[in-house]
Amino acid sequence: NKHFEINGLKSQGRLGPEIAPSTPIGAINRRKEKENPKPKLPELAILTSESSRRRLHSTARSGEARMPKPAGDAKLLIQSLTKAYAATPTNLKIIDLYVVFAVATALVQVVYMGIVGSFPFNSFLSGVLSCIGTAVLGVCLRIQVNKDNKEFKDLPPERAFADFVLCNLVLHLVIMNFLG
Amino acid sequence: MAEPVANAAAPAPAPGRLRNAFGGVLCAFTLILIGVLAFSIRLFSVIKYESVIHEFDPYFNFRVTQFLSKNGIYEFWNWFDDRTWYPLGRVIGGTVYPGLTLTAGSIWWFVNALNIPLSVETVCVFTAPIFSAIASWATYLLTKEAKGTGAGLMAAAILAMVPSYISRSVAGSYDNEAVAIFALVFTFYLYVKTLNTGSLFYATLNALSYFYMVCSWGGYTFIINLIPMHVLLCIVTGRYSSRLYIAYAPLVILGTLLAALVPVVGFNAVLTSEHFASFLVFIILHVVAFVYYIKGLLTPRLFKMAMTLVITVGLAVCFAVVAILVALVASSPTKGWSGRSLSLLDPTYASKYIPIIASVSEHQPPTWPSYFMDINVLAFLVPAGIISCFLPLSDASSFMVLYLVTAVYFSGVMVRLMLVLAPAACILSGIALSSAFDVLTRSMKFQLSKLFDDGPAISGNGSPNGSSASTVNTSSSKNEKTEKSEAAPKEKQSKKNRRKDKEVTESVSVKPKKEKRLSVLPLEASIVSTLLLIALGGFYVVHCVWAAAEAYSAPSIVLTSRSREGLHVFDDFREAYAWLSHNTDVDDKVASWWDYGYQTTAMANRTVIVDNNTWNNTHIATVGTAMSSPEKAAWEIFDSLDVKYVLVVFGGLVGYPSDDINKFLWMVRIGGGEFPHIKEPDYLRDGQYRVDAQATPTMLNCLMYKLCYYRFVETDGKGFDRVRGYEIGKKHFKLTHFEEVFTTHHWMVRIYKLKPQKNRIRGKLKKLKSQSSKTSSTLAAGRKKNPWQ
Repeated sequence: NKHFEINGLKSQGRLGPEIAPSTPIGAINRRKEKENPKPKLPELAILTSESSRRRLHSTARSGEARMPKPAGDAKLLIQSLTKAYAATPTNLKIIDLYVVFAVATALVQVVYMGIVGSFPFNSFLSGVLSCIGTAVLGVCLRIQVNKDNKEFKDLPPERAFADFVLCNLVLHLVIMNFLG
Repeated sequence: MAEPVANAAAPAPAPGRLRNAFGGVLCAFTLILIGVLAFSIRLFSVIKYESVIHEFDPYFNFRVTQFLSKNGIYEFWNWFDDRTWYPLGRVIGGTVYPGLTLTAGSIWWFVNALNIPLSVETVCVFTAPIFSAIASWATYLLTKEAKGTGAGLMAAAILAMVPSYISRSVAGSYDNEAVAIFALVFTFYLYVKTLNTGSLFYATLNALSYFYMVCSWGGYTFIINLIPMHVLLCIVTGRYSSRLYIAYAPLVILGTLLAALVPVVGFNAVLTSEHFASFLVFIILHVVAFVYYIKGLLTPRLFKMAMTLVITVGLAVCFAVVAILVALVASSPTKGWSGRSLSLLDPTYASKYIPIIASVSEHQPPTWPSYFMDINVLAFLVPAGIISCFLPLSDASSFMVLYLVTAVYFSGVMVRLMLVLAPAACILSGIALSSAFDVLTRSMKFQLSKLFDDGPAISGNGSPNGSSASTVNTSSSKNEKTEKSEAAPKEKQSKKNRRKDKEVTESVSVKPKKEKRLSVLPLEASIVSTLLLIALGGFYVVHCVWAAAEAYSAPSIVLTSRSREGLHVFDDFREAYAWLSHNTDVDDKVASWWDYGYQTTAMANRTVIVDNNTWNNTHIATVGTAMSSPEKAAWEIFDSLDVKYVLVVFGGLVGYPSDDINKFLWMVRIGGGEFPHIKEPDYLRDGQYRVDAQATPTMLNCLMYKLCYYRFVETDGKGFDRVRGYEIGKKHFKLTHFEEVFTTHHWMVRIYKLKPQKNRIRGKLKKLKSQSSKTSSTLAAGRKKNPWQ
């Protein structure tokens, strides 16, 4: 019992090398070690505040080696982001693509205005705002159609799409009027 | 959990549904009655006087509507008016808020298409009462979204009668606010509905309603700043949800586009500081939405890493962008704000820089009595409503509180904006009264049922039982007894121990569904409180009806006074305009102070020099200078503007206080602001404007004095001015450059004609030559910079 307690303390701090893995006691420790981090972190989250958690983390790391850490962090971040995003359903990815296309078109128009000048200002305004408007409406559609969104689980996706079409109609009617 | 409830509900679905149906019918019937009340309380002016357009601004709107009904919408859109601001003219299509005229015009067209022959004037006069009825229905909808049907009905009933709203929407007051308040409340209702339901359909409707508001009134900037403030409040208090995104983001894009469609606003929708708040919050909302999305994708540890990474990079970019923006905005003299908005934000701005805005009586700060006059009982029901909004706090109720707080601030700056405060005050008072009645009737029902069901149980219950209380009453008695239906641990109940009770009684709950333990008042207290609240409502109604009948129904174009012989009517204004329209040529120009411009063009159909739009300060200053100059100089100014007739309003004979002599100080100030040879101290004696024997010679020689008091001494032999309260200074004088052509019955409006220049002046050649050499020498010396000499 005492052995386990001492080993538990060692694995909690992660301060130094553990007991040699070949011993059976060490094997049990490794299992315990594996289980520990996950339940430990939420506990820490409940009992301590954000700043103290950050302090614990930084003291846990040996030394303040800044150089490789952010790069490694960023790579890890991007990896997990892409992995999590790849898991989204295809229809949402299509809507995302549509939104990105709309924003890109808006950027192209702004660059063009920067080159050529903004003389028919109403045309510029209506062009850019129509792109941003379709992007915003696309995001609204995505919010309403997303199955993970608990607030909209009663909303049938057909209704969401019908609202989307109606709002787009109004938007484009105004755009056509304002385009000049 | 669900089954016992279903069992309880199954044996009685029919009575429940019948009750619901009966409730719905009662609600609809009450709403119809509220609409009728709102319409009829505004008809006092039609009954007491006649069906006529009131005041000054409505006459312009009426003239525009007449033009629209006669010539159609394309002519209206492209109309260039050459009958005002001679010789500049005014582009009506681009400078008027078309909402009101288009609304009344379409009502007129629709009604005439049904072969009901209503004239344009009738439609214009009754537009405001109709829209106030619709506005009270919109208030019902808005309050229902926040607190429920009872509060909605209460708020609608209060809004139908509130004097502040009545003052701007009586029958005959055909002004922008008549439809704008409806548009304001309806836009807020659609925003709150979108926030509550998250439906894109309501977001579209919200944008369209906002478009209607932009068409109707310059106060639309209140909406486009209040809604971003509320979104920011929700984000900051941690109430961000995807419904918030759907409620706000489409509104910004569609709203900006629709606002830019209206010619008055045009590109101001993206260029002026009034709209920057909406764009800023738009960006902030997107950042927050993105952050929440990423948070959902990543684990907490990775998310923290991402945050630290992004914050360091993002802050740098943010600072750069903000610095550029600030530099751009600071480079303009008014920091991008328009004069009117600046005068709202900084109450002293107008008096320092823009005397025209400061001179309008509606733009003065209100006095304390005007709060009690205009919103009466609501003034102390509103804090109760604020408290009631916090139990529980939802998005909609936080919006109400924010709306009220900003409206109170702005109403303190300008008395005209009490009108924006009125719906907020009504909604919150409705909420307060509804919660109060809720508790009182619940207590009465509970107490009465206990009285009739089990008498002895209550009498045996000596000490009060513990239970949790959840509502705070404004009219609660000092001893608050709380009871439960079954035995509970006996605990000393006092206001301080309420929190302890909550924890204790959480464990004991026998009923199948967990219902809130609600506080109950003793029977006598609740009956008396109900009666007192109803009496309060009665006082409010009496005050509103009195205010509507006596204070706000006067069509300032017709004045009445009660004397021993009965009612005396002063119809001088219309008399003067009718004389003008019958006795002058169509192309004759009439000069007067800008107050009467709209009325002159609408009723007399003559070209005027300046009118109430006050868009050109120099032109108004020219007329002001002319009124403050001696006769010859004034004649020259007017002649350069092709003026043929000059109109002044004079109240000295009958005691009408808002005449031109009382407005004279503004003529001097505005004229002096543009033409430095008009100096205000020349007209002041001991810091006061006087027209009696102690007046300065400049004052006694100026055109306004002469035109007002010409032959005044003939009325009573002494020349006693009833408004100023003393005898005038210069009593006997002749006019050299003007001749009097018409004075109305009570001397209230006096019309003068410019005398034509003499062809030749006999025997004065030598004098003229020496005079002209004198003037040329003074010009060469550059002593005076007077453009008129």
